[in-house]
Amino acid sequence: MKFGVVTFPGSNCDDDMIYVLRDVLKQDVVNLWHKDTDLQGAEFIILPGGFSYGDYLRSGAIAKLSPIMNEVINHANRGGYVLGICNGFQILTESGLLEGALLHNNNQKFICKNVYLKPANNSTVITKELDRDRSYKIPIAHGEGRFYAPEDMMKSILDNDQVIFRYCSEEGQLGELYNPNGSLNNIAGICNKGRNVFGMMPHPERAADAALSNEDGRLLFESILKNI
Amino acid sequence: MKFKAEIDVMPLEALLDPQGKAVSNSMINIGLSEITNVRVGRHIRLFVEAASEEEAKERVETACKKLLANQIMESYSYNIEKIQ
Repeated sequence: MKFGVVTFPGSNCDDDMIYVLRDVLKQDVVNLWHKDTDLQGAEFIILPGGFSYGDYLRSGAIAKLSPIMNEVINHANRGGYVLGICNGFQILTESGLLEGALLHNNNQKFICKNVYLKPANNSTVITKELDRDRSYKIPIAHGEGRFYAPEDMMKSILDNDQVIFRYCSEEGQLGELYNPNGSLNNIAGICNKGRNVFGMMPHPERAADAALSNEDGRLLFESILKNI
Repeated sequence: MKFKAEIDVMPLEALLDPQGKAVSNSMINIGLSEITNVRVGRHIRLFVEAASEEEAKERVETACKKLLANQIMESYSYNIEKIQ
């Protein structure tokens, strides 16, 4: 499959993402510049982490207006796959491709550490091959990751089974104690109603290489490869 | 005609504002414990060319809705003043 990884000014996880896709998973990858107006045949678009436009105004608020985003939005509306990680997730909520918003962490700190995630379903390409009875160790690194949606929007997200990952304990237990940033419902990642656009705050690309002694993130990408 | 808009973007009342809370707590350290409920937002000043105040208002509304504020988490208010 051909992946497209978008680089915005201030993206800093694009190289890691490309490395995992190209060198670890042996996939075809094209690096797209935010001013591009063509996805160059990429079937799966990834918006990587970082600080696009220095997080000016709000995280992702300016990146959503980059020329490439028109193509990404058209691709998603045609049913094409899009995954936003960390800042990429913020860009997707700002652009309206995903519901909700990502607010400042409730402790007002930038949090950089390993957390544990529990897949909330097996009904998306990214969670299909995952085990719902175990936890996955994936790092987070963000200052604005507190997922929030107003009550009616939240109800619709839950009713449509759009949560894909929740923060949990190492043993896979859910609870406020394991919520690093104050996210509603312990939400770490969601998808759209069409189940082709995904956003998550944790960084699976930082846990996908044997040299890092943690390959839990690789399992998410392998699930994508197996199911598309 | 040229208009000046002074825009305030604030976190929605229903939401926890951790920045405001931290500032609130620091008031105690400067002996101002009577100051409470600080909320921190953003002030934006911009200039707009328009044929009328109505038109200027329309442009500012669009700017607020499409870029300056995210209405899921923020509210906005503004004043528009003719300067030329």
